[in-house]
Amino acid sequence: MSKKTNPFFFIGILTITSSLLLSLAATQLKSYQDYNVDVDKKKNVLKCIGVDVSVLSSETIINEYNTRISEIITDKDGNSIETVRFSDLILKENKMTGESIFTYEGKNYLPIFSSSVPEATIIPISGKGLWSTLFGYFALESDFNTVKGITFYQHRETPGLGGEVDKFWFQNNFVGKKIKDDDGNLVSIQVVKGKSGDNIHGVDGISGATITSRGVSDFLLRDLKRYTAFFNKQIDRINK
Amino acid sequence: MSTKKNTVFSDPLITNNPITRQVLGICSALAVTVKVDSAIVMALALTFVLTMSNTIISMLRKKIPSNIRIIVQLTIIATLVIMADQLLKAFLFDISKQLSVFVGLIITNCIVMGRAEAFAMQNIPKNSLLDGLGNGIGYGAVLIIVSIIRELLGSGSIMNISIFPVSMYVGEGGWYVNNGLMLLAPGAFIVLGLLIWIQRTITNYTEE
Repeated sequence: MSKKTNPFFFIGILTITSSLLLSLAATQLKSYQDYNVDVDKKKNVLKCIGVDVSVLSSETIINEYNTRISEIITDKDGNSIETVRFSDLILKENKMTGESIFTYEGKNYLPIFSSSVPEATIIPISGKGLWSTLFGYFALESDFNTVKGITFYQHRETPGLGGEVDKFWFQNNFVGKKIKDDDGNLVSIQVVKGKSGDNIHGVDGISGATITSRGVSDFLLRDLKRYTAFFNKQIDRINK
Repeated sequence: MSTKKNTVFSDPLITNNPITRQVLGICSALAVTVKVDSAIVMALALTFVLTMSNTIISMLRKKIPSNIRIIVQLTIIATLVIMADQLLKAFLFDISKQLSVFVGLIITNCIVMGRAEAFAMQNIPKNSLLDGLGNGIGYGAVLIIVSIIRELLGSGSIMNISIFPVSMYVGEGGWYVNNGLMLLAPGAFIVLGLLIWIQRTITNYTEE
């Protein structure tokens, strides 16, 4: 047996080597990873308005996104802000509720995606499920009442249970439902237990995922409330 | 020598399988076996980490001071796992999204530490590489078998392709309901228990 090395010396060398390797990997791969994340978000915005993205390459997704989607930034009262760009916004998550806070230079803003073909308005949604925060998009048709679609691009719910929020059957549930009652009050969409039947404010729940379902109902309402000012301004403008 | 090498590789496949014989690495076997595709990627990621860590630790085995060997092993394993995770994020983004936390959890997989401590610390790099490969494939095989059973009974599909005709389900006028128990951890325990029973009956192994 050869003489063993000094533990401090050995662990020092090992730590330095592994941290060098890891920082090398992190810096070299960062541009690829950022690109993937960016494409994935754009893909989900498109998926949310009913584009079949499963067959599109990354380049096509970016092209489609650029031609169809315009990015709008508003303050909390729904006034559009021209001085801030989308890429300036920093996403901070409220760790208690999972709410997404978009800030730039200490002020909060609300990002909105406006699609020309088909006509739709897309907002980011996020909130707590059972294990994790779910991030996604929610699209409304031009009446700001009928649901165009919903997608989730990031979550860590149980596959097969809460993870079903990813599935077509669950997301397709939302299409055509209404977020307002007959008097024009916001009621959002509830994920109900079992089948929703002909309830226009409810969608079929996921069996075995009560907490995830309840979470989706809760944060959908909360996020829609945040954007109500903007929606109302748009409706007023159309009516004028 | 060649016969020994053969058993180093083939032993962990069936007779000395890390999951069904040694009952190691159960935690991740429960977590990622709900769907077949995540089980396959997990098996590949673990095989990569296990083979690399076994080889590296075996190469350093004479230099590693024995009083800090566990720390050294953990550092090497953790480095490899983070590298694997970073590579998946850069080149296989969709799959890395599906596996999410589970890739990181390879660090705590008992098989990786177990093989490092029990095999790589005493054997030459070549055999350690084969041992890592064998254990990785043995683990992967069990994972895939369990996931096929769970996805088929729990979601009615394999690799996300529906197997049972839609008309068979209760909602569509049939009689069949997917077994939700299979999607939960107890489902994996039951399947795994049955597998261990079958395997031990075949190999005639009894716990002393």
